[in-house]
Order: sequence, then structure tokens, then C-alpha cells
Amino acid sequence: MPCQLPEARRRNFCEVAIGFTEEQALLEAQRCISCKTPICITGCPVEVNIPHFILSILKRDYVGAANIIRDKNSLPAICGRVCQQEDQCEARCVNAIKGTSVGIGRLERFVADYQIDCGSFATPFIAPPTGRRVALVGSGPASLTAAGDLARMGHKVTVFEALHKLGGVLAYGIPEFRLPKSIVGIEIRQLENIGVEFVTSCVIGKTETVDELLDEEGYDAVFLATGAGLPYFLNLPGENLAGIYSANEFLTRVNLMKGYKFPEYDTPVKVGKRVAVLGAGNTAMDAARVALRLGPEKVYMVYRRSRAEVPARAEEVEHAMEEGIEFKFLTAPTQFFGDTRGWVTGMEVIDMELGEPDESGRRRPVPITGTEHSFDVDTVIVAVGQGPNPLIQSTTPGLNTTKWGNIITDETGLTSRPGLYAGGDVVRGGSTVILAMGDGKRAARSIHENLMSTNCSRN
Amino acid sequence: MANRILDKTAIADDICRFIIEAPKIAKKRKAGNFVIVRANEYAERIPLTIVDSDIERGSITLIVQSVGKSTRLLNSFCAGDELADVIGPLGHPTLIESFGTVVCVGGGVGTAEILPIARASRASDNQVISIIGARTKNRLILEDEMRETSDELHIVTDDGSYERQGLVVDPLSDLIVQGIDIDVVYAIGPMPMMRAVAELTEPYNIKTLVSLNPVMIDGTGMCGGCRVVIDGKTRFACVDGPEFDAHQVDFDTLIRRNRAYAQEEKVSLERFENEQVARFEGLV
Ligand SMILES: Cc1cc2nc3c(=O)[nH]c(=O)nc-3n(C[C@H](O)[C@H](O)[C@H](O)COP(=O)(O)OP(=O)(O)OC[C@H]3O[C@@H](n4cnc5c(N)ncnc54)[C@H](O)[C@@H]3O)c2cc1C
Ligand SMILES: Cc1cc2nc3c(=O)[nH]c(=O)nc-3n(C[C@H](O)[C@H](O)[C@H](O)COP(=O)(O)OP(=O)(O)OC[C@H]3O[C@@H](n4cnc5c(N)ncnc54)[C@H](O)[C@@H]3O)c2cc1C
Ligand code: FES
Repeated sequence: MPCQLPEARRRNFCEVAIGFTEEQALLEAQRCISCKTPICITGCPVEVNIPHFILSILKRDYVGAANIIRDKNSLPAICGRVCQQEDQCEARCVNAIKGTSVGIGRLERFVADYQIDCGSFATPFIAPPTGRRVALVGSGPASLTAAGDLARMGHKVTVFEALHKLGGVLAYGIPEFRLPKSIVGIEIRQLENIGVEFVTSCVIGKTETVDELLDEEGYDAVFLATGAGLPYFLNLPGENLAGIYSANEFLTRVNLMKGYKFPEYDTPVKVGKRVAVLGAGNTAMDAARVALRLGPEKVYMVYRRSRAEVPARAEEVEHAMEEGIEFKFLTAPTQFFGDTRGWVTGMEVIDMELGEPDESGRRRPVPITGTEHSFDVDTVIVAVGQGPNPLIQSTTPGLNTTKWGNIITDETGLTSRPGLYAGGDVVRGGSTVILAMGDGKRAARSIHENLMSTNCSRN
Repeated sequence: MANRILDKTAIADDICRFIIEAPKIAKKRKAGNFVIVRANEYAERIPLTIVDSDIERGSITLIVQSVGKSTRLLNSFCAGDELADVIGPLGHPTLIESFGTVVCVGGGVGTAEILPIARASRASDNQVISIIGARTKNRLILEDEMRETSDELHIVTDDGSYERQGLVVDPLSDLIVQGIDIDVVYAIGPMPMMRAVAELTEPYNIKTLVSLNPVMIDGTGMCGGCRVVIDGKTRFACVDGPEFDAHQVDFDTLIRRNRAYAQEEKVSLERFENEQVARFEGLV
């Protein structure tokens, strides 16, 4: 796919991947052999009819193609950009056996963008009002998906978001150069058009509790999709020095608060000359590439396993390498050093080797004694994972959670409390956009069935 | 409309009191809670203590001291204006029980944060002794309100321009020396003041709570920016605090982390002041 050249993009926040031209999309679409039993579909958590939409591309009916996707996936322009296609639909493409799979994600993005550019969104069918009201907590992909589906089923839907901006990780985490915020905005406007109500700056569990939503405000069901917004630290000596950020803080300062436009925007963000990012997931990759764009001389990515175990999307790892991020594999931090002002000046690391596979199935990293060494850094970004934010769990009696605080649900998304559903990262732990969306769809379906089978109306 | 400023009064040099429409927060808030405020689309999210609330009017009271760009910007707002966001009530409410005798120490704008605690302590049948202080007379706030809610009120000014000359730790030290049986001390104010109170009470084993003020962003435990070291462990002030046992606080780390953006804060403030001057001179 065409991209901005690495030398140019490493210093700007414009989108890296430019997207297919019409000619490229048509050429790529021709590579689909329309298998009789299209197993690519089984690789898609929301079961988009992939061959069907590709066929529409070949007929040059791009809006039609987008609508076929929208039938199952309400956020195609987003998924076309951030889904881990290489592990999902594209992994099952028959072409992949002999060569490269069809670029399904890129085609998805092409038709979704085409539809956005010409503004021709079909007015979806909306069922007559059921008189039932559903509150969704959080505005990430799980909630946005559930909101769209529930609104189309005729329910009155309100989404409550703690931050001042909608979109969850799509807004505060994933950077502009990978997912332009205008696209998230357009998808949210589609939901507003079908009557979804959004309330920002409202922290459920604080401003209002879940029980108040149910008992006082008369919501018939609540869907909890509060994500994984609790940053983990390594608890190493020196980790609270100034200049050491959690990835969430760093990305929030840049994406949500527009720190990269300081002082036009008031929230500062600071990177020095040598940045180290700890971890190698999508979050770490985003943090490293954002840091790079703020102008340091060097950005290191410090990861305790090897290249083969890197959990981030392949495309992002390639892009990061092209942009000049230096990967230190099989390396784990052990402590941080600071100057007299309390600002970080360096870190000590230790070399690692891979042992037997652990519970995650990946080979366990083991430190090699005596290999400790230090190097200079003046900014560190800790991106070693995150857990569920406990605000709701701690203020909602009777809500069962795992020992890590993830909400426990059954296969329909129902929690231990009747009328209370959950999905996305708060259930799964750090996961993916498409799986969060799948949870949203599933919960919407079971909320609907439940509301329509009970006779109590709360009007 | 949301987040409208119903009333604004300057109550001391550079310190303003705002009454802001926020019915849901008014209903919920307890002593010790704070809100995160974003003045406009370009502004930072900054934490401010909820000083008071009026459930019937659906409003909360905030008291803001101009320090840098964000607080100056807020203090330039007028009644009728709207704030972009007011989020809360956040943080743990203050631990209030019938302890017996509590001493409430407020330094500077910290007095605004100590007032709701003094009131709640009074309401829980404590004997309330308060000490408030300011750099100078024109910066002293809430004297009447504190007097009304305290059994005993001591006032100090750094420069002696009003009441006793000295620091808030001086009357506190006198109380201790006099042998007054103090069950709890709450102290809120500038970091050096809170640290001085902590150092004073520690040898006497007097339970002391301080409200920490690290730089915050979301205020909901999402970013980890507000981390503080308490008893050697990392805690998030916005959700685990903002109040902590003063004798366990690592003030050094906090003070250093709070200086992280000093340079940027200066740039921001200068830019703001230049804009204000330009506006004043009709250039913009
Ligand atoms: C930096 C980063 C990059 C990523 N990149 C990718 C990628 O390329 N591809 C991919 O598939 N996945 C990626 N992921 C993972 C993906 O973003 C998440 O799996 C997905 O967003 C989870 O969706 P969600 O709806 O469960 O929650 P979230 O998107 O986390 O949204 C939760 C929302 O709930 C709000 N909230 C929390 N508590 C409350 C409360 N008490 N009251 C009200 N609101 C509340 C939060 O403010 C937040 O807006 C990335 C994640 C990060 C952090
Ligand atoms: C829980 C809590 C309650 C508070 N209550 C009040 C109150 O009732 N009234 C009041 O006047 N002030 C209060 N503050 C302090 C107030 O938030 C800061 O004065 C304000 O953020 C400074 O912003 P500025 O841009 O004006 O100044 P800046 O020039 O940006 O900073 C001046 C100093 O303020 C601190 N600071 C800066 N940004 C933040 C931030 N986002 N969060 C916290 N501290 C910051 C730093 O120590 C900095 O050195 C409270 C702080 C906390 C944490
Ligand atoms: S302010 Fe972000 S975690 Fe406390």
C-alpha cells in the first residue's frame, strides 16, 4: 500500500498509509478467487461477507461494497486501518498458502473512505421504538457497536463517557497518523444521526453509579465497556523519576490533549534527545512512533523477548523500523537513574534468553546473569500492559470479577447482575478493536432478546 | 446549560470564587472530593477541590488561585460564561469520624480545601481547631467561614500584615506544646507547608492527613501521571487519594515530579500574558 516516505513521515502527524487508488483497489480485488466456501469469513470475528464486498468492488460499486461491510461491521474505516488482518481474515485467504493473501483490510479501508468522501451513507432501517432504554458505559469500539445495533433495534440508547472526547482508545490512544480522529468523528456522527445520545465527561461509578442508572434513571439495561485503562508499571527502582511516562499518559497528552501542538494547546508533552519505550505491543509501537515525531535523536524499543514474539501488528512494526526506531530485543530494564533535579538520565538493562514456553504459549524470557549494562536516556515510556480500571467494579455491588479486576460474563455478555452486561477490554483484558466490536454486537443481541421477552416497561 | 458560571467573586488578590452549575456533582460530592475542569477546547484538564455545594441550586463552589496559564485563564472567565468540562466528583472523600479533637490547617488557597473538611469534622461532633495562613493579609481567604465552623481559629501571615506573624506550623506547635490532646491533623497547602506539618507531628505520633497535588490529567486512574510514593509504594493520587497519611509521603519525589513542566509552564504563561496585553491594546 502506498505510504508517506519514512524520511518525511517520521517528523509529521499526517496519516502514514495513504490508501489504495481506485486502480490499485481494482487490481487487488481481482486477486480474490471467490472461493466456494470462503474461509476468510471465518477469520473475521464479526463475519463480514468478504468475497461479496470484493465482488462489488470489481463491479465498481464502492458504496455498495461499503454497505455490505456495514451490514456486519459499523466501523469499516476504523477496522480497515487498525485491525490485525494478518492474523484474522487474511491469514485464512487461500492465496496465502501459495503467496500473499488478498489485502482485505486495505480494500475495506478503500471502500469505507470512498463512502466517507462522497458522503453517501444509506439510512439504515430502524425498528419502531420499543420504549426501552439502554445505558452504555464507555465510548470505545465495544460501546459504539452495541449502540448502533441497539438503536437500530428501536431502543433508546445513551452512551456515557468519562473523558471529554468520544472513541475510547481510538481517541486517546491510537495516534492521528494511524487513525485520523476525523474518521472516528464521522462514525460517531452516523450514530448520532440514528438517535444515539452521547454524554461526555460523566464518570460512571463517580458522577452516577450503575445502580442509579438502573434504579433512578430508569434504564432497562446497562452495558459496561470501560476498557483497559489502568496502566501497569514495572515497579523498578527509579520508575517515578520525572521524564518517565506510562504509555497512557504519554499518548493521552499527545492525542487527546493535542500536546504535539503545544503551546497552541495548553497541555505540554516533553521528550528529550534519547527515548526508551518499554514493551512491544501496539501501545508501545504507537508510543515509540509518536515520540519519534516529537523530534528526539534516538528512540529505542526495549523488549524482553525476540522479534518473533512481538505482539504488535506486523505493518506497524515494519513502519516503526523504516522510520528508524532502534529495537533492543532480549533486553529487560532493571533500574532507572536520575539527576539531582529528579529527571531520568539513564537506565540499566540486562540481556535475556528464551526458555521454555510459559502459560501464554510464548517462550519465557530468562535474564542472563552478569550482563547488566547501562545507557543514557532522558525520556522513558512504560508500555508493558494495562488492566481494567476498577472504578465501576468497586462501586457496583454483586458484580463478579476475576482477580485482575476483569468483569466476568457468560457467553452472551451477561454479568453476575441481571440487566448488566459487559464486553471489550474490561472483560478480555487488552485485546483488539474487532473483538471488542464482536462483544458489543453479541451483548446488543442478548440485551434485545432480554428486553423484548420481559413485559415490564419502565416508561 | 451545562457548566455555566452562575457567580464569580474575587475574594483575595488573584483568588476567585466560582459558583458553577453542576447538579449531578452537587448531589454527590463529599468533603475531599475534587473536579477536573477544562476551561475551553485548548485548555489543560486541571484538578480543583469542591469547596461547597448547593443541591437545590444544583451548583458547586470552586476557589481558584492564579498560578500559571490554566488558572489565570479560568480566573478571566465571568458569570454567564460556560466551562468546556467539569468532571467529578473525583477522588476518595476525606476520612471523617468522631475522632475527638481535630486540627485543620490551611495554607494559602489550601484554606479553600480545608474548609469542607472542617465543616464535615464539625458535623461529626469533633472539636475543631483551625489554623489558617497566607503570605500576606490581601491573600487570606475564608476567614469568616472558617471562624464559623471552628471552635477555635488561629490566623498567621508570613509578613505579619494581619494577626500573628509566622507560619501555620507555629500555632500548631504551640498547641502541641501546650499539651492539647490532638487526635487528627488535616493539613492542606503548598508542599513545603504540608511537609513541615508532617515533620512537626511525626515525633508526637499525631495522625496527620495531607492532600497531595501532583499534576493530573484524566483524574480517573487512566494515565498514571499523578503517581506519588506512599510508604515506598506507587499510588495514583486521583483515585487512591488525594489524601494520604502525611508521615508516609515521599515529598521529594512529588516535588521533583511537579517541576517536570516548569519550562513549558513558563512558555504557556508568557504567551497567555502577551495575548492578554494584545487584546487589551486592541491588537487582536
Ligand atoms: C495505544 C493503543 C493502540 C492499539 N492499537 C490497536 C490496533 O492497532 N488494532 C487493534 O485491533 N487494537 C488496538 N489496540 C487495542 C484496542 O484499542 C482495544 O482493544 C479496544 O479499543 C477496546 O475497546 P473497548 O470498547 O473495550 O474499550 P476502550 O476503547 O478502552 O474504551 C473504553 C472507554 O470507556 C471509558 N470509561 C472507562 N471507565 C469509565 C467510567 N467509569 N465511566 C464512563 N466511561 C468510562 C474510557 O474513558 C474509554 O473511553 C490498541 C490499544 C492501545 C492502547
Ligand atoms: C486534588 C487537587 C485539588 C486542587 N484544588 C485546588 C483548588 O481548590 N484551588 C486551586 O487554586 N488549586 C487547586 N489545585 C491546584 C491546581 O490544580 C493547580 O494550581 C493548577 O493545575 C495549576 O495550573 P496552571 O496552568 O495555572 O499553573 P502551571 O503554571 O501549569 O503550574 C503551576 C504548578 O501547579 C501544578 N500543576 C500544574 N498542572 C497541574 C495539573 N494538571 N494538576 C495538578 N497540578 C498541576 C504544578 O505543581 C505546577 O508546578 C488542586 C490540585 C489538586 C491535585
Ligand atoms: S490523573 Fe491520570 S491517573 Fe491520576
